Amino acid sequence: MSALRESLGFLTSRLRQVGIFVALILIVLLFQVLTDGILLQPQNVTNLVVQNSYILILAIGMVMVIIAGHIDLSVGSIAGFIGAVSGVMIVHWGWAWWIAIPACLLVGALVGAWQGYWIAYVGIPAFIVTLAGMLIFRGLTLITLKNQQITPFPAELRALGGGFLPDISGGTSVLEWLTVILGVGGTAAILFQAIKERRVRRKFNLENEPMAWFAIKTGFIALLMLSITFLLASYRGTPIVLIVLAVLVIVYSALMNNSIFGRHTYAIGGNLHAAELSGIKTKAVTFRLFVNMGVLAALAGLVFTARLNSAQPAGGTGFELDSIAAAFIGGAAVQGGIGTVAGAMVGGLIMGVLNNGMSILGLGTDYQQLIKGLVLLLAVGFDIFNKNRSSGGGSAIGKRFKLKTTPPAGAETKEPAQDRPVAVPAGTQQKSAVRNP
Amino acid sequence: MNVPILQMRGITKTFPGVKALQDVTLDVNRGEVHAICGENGAGKSTLMKVLSGVYAHNTFEGDILFENEPCDFSTISDSEKRGIVIIHQELALSPYLSIAENIYLGNELARNGWVDWRKTNLEAAKLLARVGLSENPVTPIQHISVGKQQLVEIAKALSKEVKLLILDEPTAALNDEDSDHLLDLILHLKGQGVTSIIISHKLNEIRKVADAVTIIRDGKSIETLRLDQGQITQERIIRGMVGRDLESLYPDRTPSIGEEVLRIEDWTVQHPQDHSRTVVHNASLNVRKGEVVGLAGLMGAGRTELAMSVFGRTYGRAVSGKVYKYGKEISTATVSDAIQHGIAYATEDRKHYGLNLIEDIKRNISMAALHKLAKRGWVDKNEETTVANRYRKSMNIKAPSVAAITGKLSGGNQQKVVLSKWMFSDPDVLILDEPTRGIDVGAKFEIYTIIAQLAAEGKAVIVISSELPELLGICDRIYTLSAGHVTGEVPIAEATQESLMHFMTQEKE
Repeated sequence: MSALRESLGFLTSRLRQVGIFVALILIVLLFQVLTDGILLQPQNVTNLVVQNSYILILAIGMVMVIIAGHIDLSVGSIAGFIGAVSGVMIVHWGWAWWIAIPACLLVGALVGAWQGYWIAYVGIPAFIVTLAGMLIFRGLTLITLKNQQITPFPAELRALGGGFLPDISGGTSVLEWLTVILGVGGTAAILFQAIKERRVRRKFNLENEPMAWFAIKTGFIALLMLSITFLLASYRGTPIVLIVLAVLVIVYSALMNNSIFGRHTYAIGGNLHAAELSGIKTKAVTFRLFVNMGVLAALAGLVFTARLNSAQPAGGTGFELDSIAAAFIGGAAVQGGIGTVAGAMVGGLIMGVLNNGMSILGLGTDYQQLIKGLVLLLAVGFDIFNKNRSSGGGSAIGKRFKLKTTPPAGAETKEPAQDRPVAVPAGTQQKSAVRNP
Repeated sequence: MNVPILQMRGITKTFPGVKALQDVTLDVNRGEVHAICGENGAGKSTLMKVLSGVYAHNTFEGDILFENEPCDFSTISDSEKRGIVIIHQELALSPYLSIAENIYLGNELARNGWVDWRKTNLEAAKLLARVGLSENPVTPIQHISVGKQQLVEIAKALSKEVKLLILDEPTAALNDEDSDHLLDLILHLKGQGVTSIIISHKLNEIRKVADAVTIIRDGKSIETLRLDQGQITQERIIRGMVGRDLESLYPDRTPSIGEEVLRIEDWTVQHPQDHSRTVVHNASLNVRKGEVVGLAGLMGAGRTELAMSVFGRTYGRAVSGKVYKYGKEISTATVSDAIQHGIAYATEDRKHYGLNLIEDIKRNISMAALHKLAKRGWVDKNEETTVANRYRKSMNIKAPSVAAITGKLSGGNQQKVVLSKWMFSDPDVLILDEPTRGIDVGAKFEIYTIIAQLAAEGKAVIVISSELPELLGICDRIYTLSAGHVTGEVPIAEATQESLMHFMTQEKE
């Protein structure tokens, strides 16, 4: 009984992380049924990955900016601007891709430095600076492109958007073996890492995760990885952009968890005054965060341009909203200090599956936007609701730990029911929308 | 002649775990200026909140009679209807609205829901004349000085036909000229029949305006001194304020004091917004190896302002003066400079300035010296956990593990996390600002033991505290501050609560 209570108590404390994962699964299952199985067909899974890659790249930088307590509304325009710059460099000036890509990332860094300067050193709120940036860089995009798209791009650059790793079996096998090797190897590495970390936590007596939960969670992630591997391998193999994304996720997760820079970012978002009084150079950290955001926005712009094989005046429009939504659905806190790269990726996938699933169903952007908006509102509303409940509805921290002593039993029974609103309203909206036509 | 206007009898107010007021009696006569005196945290402001209805009548015990009628206020507006108006230390004015709008905020002069601007500005101008403020009523509040804003607050009180005006430390934020003007106004209003209660610990002010003084100590009313009986003297007031018993326990220590570690010379700091105010005047002090030095002072004396301006200029503007460490001048212009020179400052407000409450213990402990745990920018988390566990044990931080969130710890344990953070940065000088504020008695003793141990390890420790017995219990030497001036330096052997309070209330020449 006490063991059960303990593990239920643990799940309650991790309600948000569990909830977001369950929500993703429910949404996938829902669309799998609604689309008669099209959603999880190998070709569509590959599309899903490639289509969402640039939003996910942006979401990495965005969640970092949000953790520090800022926001960036300009990333869509920056992505569009860099797309235009790459068009001029590669198509008009004939630069080789291996010069043009670093050059574009450098331009992105300069753009980020421009915004970071105003935010960190002048002290203008990020909301204002990046709102201005949204207009400035959209304007520069139009000027650079002279209002016309630039196309076509050479195959080397297009590979960044739509290319795949080479098929080592020469197309003879049903499964693409390089993908299988990468997928199985990656899964093994994740399992190994998870077990190692658990061992370290246990050694230092920090372990509070019940064994059963750890096994289920890790097993599930492994299963998920393997099934994606299988689906990708039975189509055309591993998209190059997926490799790029995987490297970014690994590097940035490590950066946020283990580097001084990452830890200072959390400290600034958690309590700016305490961070300052602890000698953290808050302005320098903020400045670097925006430089980093600029580089990632540039990369997203390149991937997007490569995928469309054209630099377009309207390229990147609305990306900022999708990436901000991804970060918040993924558990980042509006006040800063809380959030993870992995969470933002799950949040981005939820948005991606919604987009993709609704497109397959032939829903117009009108309903797509309506539903995505509701999902974002519910996800963050659920967070606030959850926090208020556990702190007794008050704002004072004193109340928060007073409530700690209330018996968990009453609260536990409520949890699973409250777990659902994230996913269900999306589903119900969905059904009613389908019945209309 | 002495007609009572207000009688408070047997007022007892408890907060969870604390008796803020205990059987307090207060008698105020019609037409007098009645001062309330007491140390920081004695319960003065709580008593005034009880009187003005900030605390509803059913949340405390005791009776209040105003003009011989019982009062049971539930909100401030109930007390205002009876003519009792309180002006808080933090002014409640809206900076972007005009003087007139502020005066009638909440009581707008309106006809059918539409504001009558002509009447508003006209009436406001009349009130401004009464308080002696020559400003246009349409001037936005933010464009007039704090002293004038205080007068606007009083004009606002007059607009409510005030009979009893309560002023909570009205001159704390004012310069001398504005203070004098305000005190004159209080006497002027007295001539017009307005009774005032003024909370203050500035003895010169009290001597100037008060007809009676009630002294509050540890939530109890000690005595009421009356001018017409010749009782209002500095000695009587000080004796009443400090007669506190030294019951708490302090760890035994035999100080071994070495060379001078830190010396501050001619330190002067201006208020960050109000440039007419100098918060710290030419302060000089030093601290030696293995020594615990106390900084005593009443509210507004400039203790925290002094400490924070030294620690990376985190307070004030136009900071001037010199800081020496081991006899060599150093710069502490940024927090990281100060930390690099081995200075640590543990704030009086741990929730807002000391801790990241949403993070766990180990990450808070490592926050000020993360580089010590890192190689090439990457943090060794195992080392971090080991370090945090070491402090959890040595400081006796009560938590299930170092992965516990600091926001969920008790005040005492939070304070230990803050101290651990600074000890890990390995400073030579620790400035501890109110290290035992909001902590229960048991944890206080633990904090004292830690301070004694730090000194025994050869650290130089500066303790800022509002509790004189605490300073007497743990310090080797005590500086007193009053209105930004260092007014005394007392070796512990000569220090008593009375002698310290003398210096703390001393006025400048």
